[in-house]
Amino acid sequence: MVSRSGFAIPISRAEIVRAQVEANLAKKIPSALTVRERPKIELFSTGIGEVDAAIARETGAESGGLPRGALSEICGPASSGRTSILLSLLAQVSGQSHPEFCAVVDASDAFHPASAEKAGVELSRLLWVRCGSSSGLRAAALSALEKALKVTDLLLQSGGFGLVVVDLGDLSPQIARRVPLTSWFRFSRTVENTPTALVVLEEEPYAKTCASLVLQVKAAQARWANLFSPEFFAAAGSSNCAAPTHTNLLRGLDIHVEVARARKQPQSVVSFGRKATSAASSAFETQMPWAG
Amino acid sequence: MPFACVYVPEFSVQALVRHSNVCDLGEKSVAVLAGTPPVVAVIAVNEKARLAGIEPGMTKVQAEACPEVVLLSRSPAQEESAHAALLDCGQAFSPQVESTRADTILVDLHGLEQLFGPVQNIARELSRRAADVGLDANVAVAANPDAAMHAAHGFPGVTVIPPGKEAERLGSLPIDVLAVSEEMFETFDRWGVRDLRGLAALPALALSERLGQEGLRLQAMAMGKTSRTLVPAQSQLHFEESMELEDAVDLLEPLAFILSRLLEQLCARLSARALSTNELRLRLTLEVNEDVQVKQHSAFSTQHSVVNGEVFPRSRGTGTEERCREIHERTIRLPVPMRDSKVFLKLLQLDLQSSPPAWPVKKISLTAESAPARATQSGLFVSASPQPEKLELTLARIRNVVQGLGKNSHREKKKLTDFNVAERVGSPVLVDTHKPDSFLMRHFTALSERSRPQVAVPHVANALRMFRPALAVKVELQNGVPARLLLDGSRAFSDVVAIAGPWRSSGEWWSEYAWSREEWDIAVRQKTDVMFWRVYRDVNRGEWFVEGSYD
Repeated sequence: MVSRSGFAIPISRAEIVRAQVEANLAKKIPSALTVRERPKIELFSTGIGEVDAAIARETGAESGGLPRGALSEICGPASSGRTSILLSLLAQVSGQSHPEFCAVVDASDAFHPASAEKAGVELSRLLWVRCGSSSGLRAAALSALEKALKVTDLLLQSGGFGLVVVDLGDLSPQIARRVPLTSWFRFSRTVENTPTALVVLEEEPYAKTCASLVLQVKAAQARWANLFSPEFFAAAGSSNCAAPTHTNLLRGLDIHVEVARARKQPQSVVSFGRKATSAASSAFETQMPWAG
Repeated sequence: MPFACVYVPEFSVQALVRHSNVCDLGEKSVAVLAGTPPVVAVIAVNEKARLAGIEPGMTKVQAEACPEVVLLSRSPAQEESAHAALLDCGQAFSPQVESTRADTILVDLHGLEQLFGPVQNIARELSRRAADVGLDANVAVAANPDAAMHAAHGFPGVTVIPPGKEAERLGSLPIDVLAVSEEMFETFDRWGVRDLRGLAALPALALSERLGQEGLRLQAMAMGKTSRTLVPAQSQLHFEESMELEDAVDLLEPLAFILSRLLEQLCARLSARALSTNELRLRLTLEVNEDVQVKQHSAFSTQHSVVNGEVFPRSRGTGTEERCREIHERTIRLPVPMRDSKVFLKLLQLDLQSSPPAWPVKKISLTAESAPARATQSGLFVSASPQPEKLELTLARIRNVVQGLGKNSHREKKKLTDFNVAERVGSPVLVDTHKPDSFLMRHFTALSERSRPQVAVPHVANALRMFRPALAVKVELQNGVPARLLLDGSRAFSDVVAIAGPWRSSGEWWSEYAWSREEWDIAVRQKTDVMFWRVYRDVNRGEWFVEGSYD
């Protein structure tokens, strides 16, 4: 090999051998001995700085968010704030500077368009598929789950959506656990190498290793406010000093999120072994529309 | 000034055989019958039938003596479709198209050489276009319309007559291409004049003395020297293809084959006019079979008819139908103009699967509403979006999957139709009303523009998850305030931990949909968890419901 200046550059024997092996195997295995760099994973910001930061801490990336081309799970019990995170994500994807189309596969018909609009979701860019109802009947729930899986399959095969959400949030774990792992594996394989992010909202994580990211939302605390202080009612001569209920106001929820699983961002330096670290967590507040 | 003539021989036969992919009629001997029974006679035959000995004018009984010949009834509707298709072929090249006869059109080619090349190319292209719409046509180009028409009637395939050579080329044609009267034909036959060359050679003065001006006109036509002005046909953008079936079809699969052929023809016609469609209307004429067994289905108020082992739900009617025929109409509206017959076929199939016809199908009619073709240009910085054709198919498939609402659907549907929200797939649109959970479902398209300027939300908005339908709940009050709740189906009461409210609202008091409610935001302890619910009391009915949970 000759450099630009005309001086010969010595090539190590190992490199020569490597080049020869690669040349011989080129027809069967292209670039057999070259480490292929994985492309950097593109992320959708959740729109909640605290959650993004927690994900970034866990993945070791500069910024955090939900990955494209992968399956992510947002889990938590009812009233934990998981839907608020989802709406914030939908608002980011459908209303960003280069908005994309989103789809919500709603297994229990729980999506509330007015809440979504308040959260900033561009409803005209949202496809809402209502697969079932909240009747509570086991047969109806199973039928809705089956429909939701079929619809998700169709949407992922169709392509073109930036975000596909499967809302199994109101299905009991006994029913949702019946989804075979092969279905989750198929979904994760379908979205792989596509610009679509698949997000599943549920009570417990069901997709296991098929999920690239699992956000565990803990039970939330409510923030109540009263228009008047207790002293006001005491001064007014109220017998039990309890404020009337109409002077109370539910202002929002305090939500605690933990990153239960996150696939690391590809890095140039490959480290062996795994550091024993605690899961990254964060907390944030939601606000009711009337809380101003 | 060149003119082209497109002539479809045995037009009645070809109009019926256009959809030959379905029935393989193109490979068979076909004769077309017309008339009112018992006087039914053969009016047109194809070449194979002619070789088999069938001639126009034979009675039906005579034609039936030849078993390999397929006898079909004349279909004015299919002839009309075929003629419209023929006009579309001509109008794909020039606006000056004359609809001379049902089987013949004349096209003014003046100035088209600069656009489409030499007239030979145009003639070949006209022939190809006719083949695209299922018609095997003769095409002839000559300096005047009559010469072109006679050449098309006399010579098969594509014929181009150079200017000045009309008499020479037309000379070999028989005298009957001029469509002379029977009496005059006999006169020429007596004179020994059997082709146009013989007619052209007759002395003009003597011909005029014996046959008058008509004789001179025929001689001028035989020499290819007539001149006349075309009468352009009104350009009608009406695209309809129809087919009457000899035997009624009672299965969706064979119906799909026929639809496929009709759609191909329709798309070829649209393509000839550089148009697409954004609305497709399917009209099925149904025929009631007297032997159809009607049975009452236990779960639905509608009846089901059993036809050849398949159960088609019937939309209306009780017992034996009085009418012999019914119409089943379906309309598919597309968000963007399309011209893909395969996509249309799949959409129609999915639509018919979800709402099949009640009776076997006797006649199919497909109409396309024309629209300018879609012109799109994607950019480097445009976000990916679903392809419109693919998206329409996906939405139709999804609709088929989620259509069934389950056992308790009837009550649920009735409840949901208050705001016409029974549609299960689409894009939600908020309704300008104070009534909670009011929205409409709009057809989802991948072309939606941003409806409002994006406003950054400064905080994380709290979401409400709805229970649809709202869950009925029993409430124990303490000083007029909910203290304990018991959900339908639960065994134990849940304690209210915190509460805010009531917030009263009402509306539509002037109509039968009047509503009035008291809303409460409550925290309820269920086992170890605390849930945040929106509970309301229907003031008109005095009942309590859980509307949703804050999440």
